[in-house]
Amino acid sequence: MDILVCVKRVPDTAENEIEVNSDGTDIERDDLVYSVNEWDNYAVEEALQIRDKVGGSVTVISVGDEESEEVLRREMAMGADGGILLSDDAFEGSDGRGVAAILKAAVEKGNYDLILTGAMADDGAAQVGGMLAAMLDRPFASLVNHIEVVDDKKLKVGREIEGGNQEMNEIDLPCVLSIQTGINEPRYVGIRGIRKVASLEIPVQGAGDLGIDPSTVGEAGAKVRRLEYFVPDLGEGAEILEGSTEEVIEKLIEILKAQGGIK
Amino acid sequence: MAEIFVYIPHKDGVADDAALEMVAAARKIDAEAPLTALVVGDGADLDKVCEQAAAACAKVWKVSGEAFAYPNAEVIRKMLVNILPDKAVVLVAHDTFGMDLSPGLSIKLDVPFLSDVVDIEALEGSSLKIVRQEYGGAVSTRVSCDIGDGVVINVRPGAFKAEDAAGAAGEVVDKSAEAGDLSCGRRFLEVVEAEVGDVDITKADVLVSIGRGIEDEENIEIAEELAEAIGAVVSCSRPIVDAKWMEKSRQVGTSGQTVKPKVYMALGISGSFQHLGGLKGSPFIIAVNKNPKAPIFQVADVGVVDDILEFVPELTEKIQEM
Ligand SMILES: Cc1cc2nc3c(=O)[nH]c(=O)nc-3n(C[C@H](O)[C@H](O)[C@H](O)COP(=O)(O)OP(=O)(O)OC[C@H]3O[C@@H](n4cnc5c(N)ncnc54)[C@H](O)[C@@H]3O)c2cc1C
Repeated sequence: MDILVCVKRVPDTAENEIEVNSDGTDIERDDLVYSVNEWDNYAVEEALQIRDKVGGSVTVISVGDEESEEVLRREMAMGADGGILLSDDAFEGSDGRGVAAILKAAVEKGNYDLILTGAMADDGAAQVGGMLAAMLDRPFASLVNHIEVVDDKKLKVGREIEGGNQEMNEIDLPCVLSIQTGINEPRYVGIRGIRKVASLEIPVQGAGDLGIDPSTVGEAGAKVRRLEYFVPDLGEGAEILEGSTEEVIEKLIEILKAQGGIK
Repeated sequence: MAEIFVYIPHKDGVADDAALEMVAAARKIDAEAPLTALVVGDGADLDKVCEQAAAACAKVWKVSGEAFAYPNAEVIRKMLVNILPDKAVVLVAHDTFGMDLSPGLSIKLDVPFLSDVVDIEALEGSSLKIVRQEYGGAVSTRVSCDIGDGVVINVRPGAFKAEDAAGAAGEVVDKSAEAGDLSCGRRFLEVVEAEVGDVDITKADVLVSIGRGIEDEENIEIAEELAEAIGAVVSCSRPIVDAKWMEKSRQVGTSGQTVKPKVYMALGISGSFQHLGGLKGSPFIIAVNKNPKAPIFQVADVGVVDDILEFVPELTEKIQEM
């Protein structure tokens, strides 16, 4: 099975305090630590496990600037057979639909049986997988937390739904699935693994290579536009306990007692 | 202004809370626009849902049939593309069904998609201004979109205050015959219920809940000791379950358990909407987080800005000394 996994380089929310920049046009990008989007990492691991079971290949692909190469390399160090970077000034400022359109053009240049994306990324929109599937006219399932290869024509997939219940479906290949966290335990990649793939070439494709009209993607083609970033004023918020640790603990114990939090 | 359609989520003959919240969102887009509820399903219960929808919307489109007995987003998408008029404004709940349906629906209708919308600010001409959140709720963005040719909007459950169903006495129109070709490459098989764990966190009065801030499996002990000292039960956020450090039955949130404790201690939890979606009955929330800007502090009653790995053991010790 030839599998394509779409990955994105994102600010790591576990490593950074995300803040709005001074003029509200973006988040503060100085000194940010980036990594691969958490959901995508599970998608790559799942692809590797399927390949190792039934044979085939895993290719990782990303729409982004040249720095996205580092996440492609990281996923290749996990075991992906190849990477493709889709990069062009014309792609900058794409909305979800633009990103899906760029990916679609790349998918059509290859021959993939299965395409995986993460269920969502840093912007929380959870949209690219479903859009890509619809553009390609392939079946789609989101929030997938279980994949079983039935034969070379179909898969059995579990979707995570409310309450942690699982919705089982049969889905025809080729298809697109968006992967939910927890589906597997992604393998660890060390510095050594990354060094091993350091010299592998990652081809870069732009609008021209993909036959994309630049006016349909990027800033120019975006129908959904961010006007500004801000931190909402949600009223009072929590009463923050101040003082030395000892004082804070004393206050907190009083509060716990008053609220019936200590039995 | 084109017609606004609200896709009504329902179960066992009862419309979900999100239905009336979406009606409120629709009114915020344009209070004058004609409002149509989309009620899709199968069986006798469906008419009950239509009745509830008719109390809030001027029109109800009922689409019934065996193919809709279970809400398979791929099937429903095809049907919607067949029945919706041009330039429709379509509202869907941003739940696991809406996430499955809407991105693809927007492509097939060839309209923009606004995902996980938490507020609607203004409609000027055909330009709609809405608010979303990014980075797990750490920042908000104000977003504009031209909806003149239609739009699909996913509305975050719980973000809008439900509009009273004010006796709209809507007319129910049966659209089932127009559903059209529904063949698709994905077939629903069954729902497998979540496993029941050793501890029932839904019954606890006091929960000590840990998130990614606990950093390491070994540190879970810190929370267990505090829980023991105050007579609480330990629960957690999703990353702890994803890492296989705790059982799924301990997870609080939309894809975990819905809990209703009196006191909820959130230790190293950022406060994503999927996590908070599992907290019901307005518990007293105490948050401990080293990031003073963590979104959890906006919903908590009391906050402590500190490292849980240092603060919590000290707190436990003081309680044990009492
Ligand atoms: C469809 C779907 C369903 C989901 N369902 C759920 C669900 O049911 N439940 C759920 O919880 N999530 C759910 N999620 C995931 C959710 O979006 C968040 O990713 C998750 O809730 C984040 O968990 P967290 O707060 O523990 O981690 P993070 O967001 O990483 O937050 C960790 C916090 O800990 C703080 N911290 C770090 N170290 C320390 C320290 N030493 N001391 C003090 N504070 C520290 C940080 O400042 C940060 O605020 C779902 C997601 C999707 C897409």
